[in-house]
Amino acid sequence: MMNRMKLNLELNIADHDAFYERLIDTHNGLSDEASHMLNAKLVLLLANHIGDNEVLKEALAMARQGLAAN
Amino acid sequence: MSVNYASLRFEYERAPDHDAPASSPYPVAIVGAGPVGLATAIDLAQQGVRTVLLDNDDTVSSGSRAICFAKRTLEIFDRLGCGDRMIEKGVSWNVGKVFLQDELVYTFNLLPETGHSRPAFINLQQYYVEGFLAERAMQLEPLQLRWKSNVTGVTQHEDHVELQVETPDGAYPLKARYVVAADGSRSAMRKLLGLDSHGRTFKDRFLIADVKMKAPFPTERWFWFDPPFHRNQSVLLHRQPDNVWRIDFQLGWDADPVAEKEPERVIPRVKALLGEDAEFELEWVSVYTFSCLRMDDFRHGRIIFAGDSAHGVSPFGARGANSGVQDADNLAWKLKLVVNGDAPHTLLETYASEREYAADENILNSTRATDFITPKSAVSRLFRDATLNLARDCAFARRMANSGRLSVPAVLRDSTLNTPDKEGDAFNCAMIPGAPCVDAPVRVDDRDAWLLPQTHGSAFTGIYFCGLGHGPEVCAQSLAALSNGRLPVHALVVVPRGMMCTVPGVTVVEDVEGMVAHRFDARPGTFYLLRPDQHVCARWRAFDAASVTAAVKRATCNG
Repeated sequence: MMNRMKLNLELNIADHDAFYERLIDTHNGLSDEASHMLNAKLVLLLANHIGDNEVLKEALAMARQGLAAN
Repeated sequence: MSVNYASLRFEYERAPDHDAPASSPYPVAIVGAGPVGLATAIDLAQQGVRTVLLDNDDTVSSGSRAICFAKRTLEIFDRLGCGDRMIEKGVSWNVGKVFLQDELVYTFNLLPETGHSRPAFINLQQYYVEGFLAERAMQLEPLQLRWKSNVTGVTQHEDHVELQVETPDGAYPLKARYVVAADGSRSAMRKLLGLDSHGRTFKDRFLIADVKMKAPFPTERWFWFDPPFHRNQSVLLHRQPDNVWRIDFQLGWDADPVAEKEPERVIPRVKALLGEDAEFELEWVSVYTFSCLRMDDFRHGRIIFAGDSAHGVSPFGARGANSGVQDADNLAWKLKLVVNGDAPHTLLETYASEREYAADENILNSTRATDFITPKSAVSRLFRDATLNLARDCAFARRMANSGRLSVPAVLRDSTLNTPDKEGDAFNCAMIPGAPCVDAPVRVDDRDAWLLPQTHGSAFTGIYFCGLGHGPEVCAQSLAALSNGRLPVHALVVVPRGMMCTVPGVTVVEDVEGMVAHRFDARPGTFYLLRPDQHVCARWRAFDAASVTAAVKRATCNG
């Protein structure tokens, strides 16, 4: 895991606080179900934009870290 | 007089083996006269191999079943002498449409370029395919078709296999040097040998209805996710000959497989799609579940598994019967060389490795499609719906939406039978070693023709490319000489439009539209070597007879 990763783990968004606010605001007024749909669409949109399968693989693994299967 | 293929029956005849055992084993016996067994038998018999084909009943398959026959399968049927009949009767199509609810989200064309003899697909009831193949098989003298001949026992010996065959006249033993088990997904041969298949069974049920009606739908594959007439499930619609339409309704795992076949259940589902006033008749109804699985090894000693007995896929992608016919295509020429003593037994091991590779590719594609069509968890369903949701506006999501990745032949890029490209020989095209040869329009003897039928069909073919001012004279003699010897190579010379030449003992094809040279990225002097199953196994920028001989040896395990 300590191999050099392609996935950028350093801060890469210029106005990150504004982005975070926008991310939360985008869900305003949505039911949990609709929010889940929004998130899923967002994952697909961003994944396609990134395109690099190595980066995506590392991001999937990073996101999964610490989450145990039940 | 027209034949009713749906109710075709074949005549059982008492086998001579009842009265006197054959003096020596048959070279090949095939168990199962479905599309795969018949294709293997025809291929072997066309190549002069004495073959016995056994089937446990005397009828063809009922209903549309396999229905979609892919371009590559049609090209193989051409080689087996019955492609035209399939095309004439079948409904040709290239375009598929995907709907979410009642909205069209994606249209795809499976054959977006011209210059191919055969379409991406035809739809044809399986009983026609089996009927046409059986009629072709009956024309071939080295082939014996034995109906109502059920294999109940099998013993492998050092140099042959002994089958116990049960018939209306009692049982007899049949000896064959090799046995092809093409007896379907519930293969009796597999059970007799105590062999297993491994994989996944999907917890979902589908209803197939073959419906006879006049309908305005175009000749396209239509797939609905969550349509208003069948909420929360998927529906697939295909047109077949004789005004029969095939509709597959996803039912879910909880559906009762017996009750769902009753007309009073089926008719309302069809009417929901067609409208309350639609007039139609049900021709055939079936409820199915499916698995994606395969045997660990397609060859067990002298017994070789082909088609559904060896591997099973979900129906999305039409990869079942199509891959089975490709098994036959891969196997027949190898078996012929082995039984004739022109190649060692190890050549059959490459049947197993090449077709196991192809089966894995088919299983992977059909598993992925199944997971998309029938998501098995809430989050899988969420991402599926998100993809379809985005598909309206985003090109990438339209490509991700998976209603089945339709059958294309495997490229056997890692096969040990391939000769890798020589260093410095650069090519930029899809015709890499392992790829099935692509078709293109040509002229032969001043008549319009296609490239694929010019290949030999039971021997290796060498394609030599000429150019203007770059005739075949320099190597004409060595090209013609390739057809001598135990492992003949029949040469084809491709000349550009308008160039005239004759080469004794060699077929000359005129590349009228330049498509052959384009599709092979050929320059004057380029040479491609094709196996009898039309897969490329070697290519060079310059022809050299010794290299060709070495590549043929390698492709037959004689190297």
